[in-house]
Amino acid sequence: MNRRRWNQLLLRYPFLFALILLSVAILVNAILQPTFFTRESLNNNMRVFLPLMILAVGQAVVILGGGIDISVGGILSIVNTILATQVGLNGSPEKMWIYVGLSLLAGLAAGSLNGFFVSVLRLQPIITTYATSFLFFGIALYILPNPGGGIPQAISGLYRNTTPLGIPLAIYVIVLILLGWYYLRHSRYGRYLYAVGGKAEAAYETGVPVVGIQFSTYVISGLMAAIAGIAMSMLTGSGNADIGSAMTLNSVTAVVIGGTAFSGGVGGIAGPIIGAMTLQMIMNIISFANIDTWWQTFVNALIIVIALALPGLLNLIQGRKK
Amino acid sequence: MKKLRISPPAAALILAVTLFLLSGLLPNGFGSDMSIARAQATNIVRLAVFLGVIAAGQTLVIISGSEGIDLSAGSVVTLTAILAYVMIKGNDSMVLPAIGVVILVGALIGLVNGIGITYLKISPFVMTLGMAGVVKGLIIILNHGNVSGKVAPIMTSIIARPVVFGIPGAILIWVVFGLFMWFLLERTPFGRNLFAIGVNRITSTLSGIHVPRMNLATYSLAGALAGIGGFLLVGNTGVVFISLGDPYLFPSIAAVAVGGTLLSGGKGSYWGTMSGAIVLTLITSLLTTMQMPESVRRMVLGGTLLMLISIYGRQRALRQ
Repeated sequence: MNRRRWNQLLLRYPFLFALILLSVAILVNAILQPTFFTRESLNNNMRVFLPLMILAVGQAVVILGGGIDISVGGILSIVNTILATQVGLNGSPEKMWIYVGLSLLAGLAAGSLNGFFVSVLRLQPIITTYATSFLFFGIALYILPNPGGGIPQAISGLYRNTTPLGIPLAIYVIVLILLGWYYLRHSRYGRYLYAVGGKAEAAYETGVPVVGIQFSTYVISGLMAAIAGIAMSMLTGSGNADIGSAMTLNSVTAVVIGGTAFSGGVGGIAGPIIGAMTLQMIMNIISFANIDTWWQTFVNALIIVIALALPGLLNLIQGRKK
Repeated sequence: MKKLRISPPAAALILAVTLFLLSGLLPNGFGSDMSIARAQATNIVRLAVFLGVIAAGQTLVIISGSEGIDLSAGSVVTLTAILAYVMIKGNDSMVLPAIGVVILVGALIGLVNGIGITYLKISPFVMTLGMAGVVKGLIIILNHGNVSGKVAPIMTSIIARPVVFGIPGAILIWVVFGLFMWFLLERTPFGRNLFAIGVNRITSTLSGIHVPRMNLATYSLAGALAGIGGFLLVGNTGVVFISLGDPYLFPSIAAVAVGGTLLSGGKGSYWGTMSGAIVLTLITSLLTTMQMPESVRRMVLGGTLLMLISIYGRQRALRQ
């Protein structure tokens, strides 16, 4: 394949590179773990991967719109603590679904707060969502000062064992999100979103409701963080106010590995979903590869940096050849 | 209507002084005892030194624009603190070589950041985040559970103790450091070019600035400054652990923003960052002395930060 063709393909399908990366990761993982392709292990993996994948989708929408959301981990934590304290290990499933609804509302509210400060007051996104993340983690810690609580066994069992047609539940969730995105992407909203992310001033001049679009990206991100929080709670079955803190920055890395440009306006959400899978697959590989415990963090980070650097490296090499 | 304009650094300082005076009225505040008030104020400024120095590199990369940011600063601080700790082993004569090493190591990590950002076109946020992970990995390998070392007595006596007129050495170091940063930003070609590339990289290139080289220099310098921050920090704490620098990472960005430096680049000052560091340290220590639970403390800190940036962190309106 010649270079121009490849670049055109990449422009059209920004997630292509991430897909190659994921394929390599799957291959290595399958070699190290012979049971990788069994139904049970696939379901297990997807179940663990799902929260970060959903989080990355929300992050991708914000980044596409030219912003960033550092508070997603805090929102996830709030949802986790609400479910763990209010439903409890012995709660009834009905109670669970009521609080799932409330959690979604909490996510929307938190996202609206971010949206208000960033789009209406026009504060800088990175520092604003950093400030609100303090607020959100504070609230989560207020709800549940010490790790504990939980959700009914039946519910976490449902999340673990539901595999309609033998396909993991997580796949259905992802397909649903992708369908929703496909619809949004091709609506007027989608065109506006890319316009705002590309250049907000120019979009404003041509009559795009920039403030509304920016606001909406944070609301979507808040909602996605809440869904991720629900999935996370079902996965762990317990509560911890600190559970989201490690996931925020991972969601940003997932978006960028997935080929969505950090500067906004380029990319989609398929890439970030693949990126989130790849990131977690790398961690799997490291734990299966018998790497010395002391070296794991380093190797993991190094692989991520190399993955981030590869597209740029290829470009440089191709530039030389020309 | 004529708007009253106060420069952000001044506003931050006024806020700090007001808050401090108000804190005297707290049940366990200093009340009317001036010597305690003086001691408290000195201590808060002394604690702000570490955040302030770590935020110096952050100020430079943020001024350089193009979404410039350094998320590896926290890990670099930890790594250099551990290196200094292990090298010095309580030996005064090893202090100077240790300073050389921390600056070099910091600059090297910054250079890698710069190469990734400049030549591989990785966005600064993600590149420095990735490097933060790599450095953290290095720390864990180096540390291997525990390290043996000791800070030198001379470091403790200069950094942590009063030197002249009851003023701790750290504050004196910060004043000199501030003068150095002012000179760098306002009186050297580097500073001039830094502001220029922060405003517009294309016009800078056209007017003869070697933008890639500037970018490399800026990130290397930021790494080196974080290294100095790590050295000072270990001189104060006297112990090291693997998350020593982490709590300074996002506050270093917040200090820059509160000090009125535009996060989009091209405009700002180190004086602003210094007053930002003082305000943030003051608020944190006030919340601690008020003995609030951790949850309330975080909420109040988040709310205060939102308020501060709402006052003067606003971007240009879309409609011109």
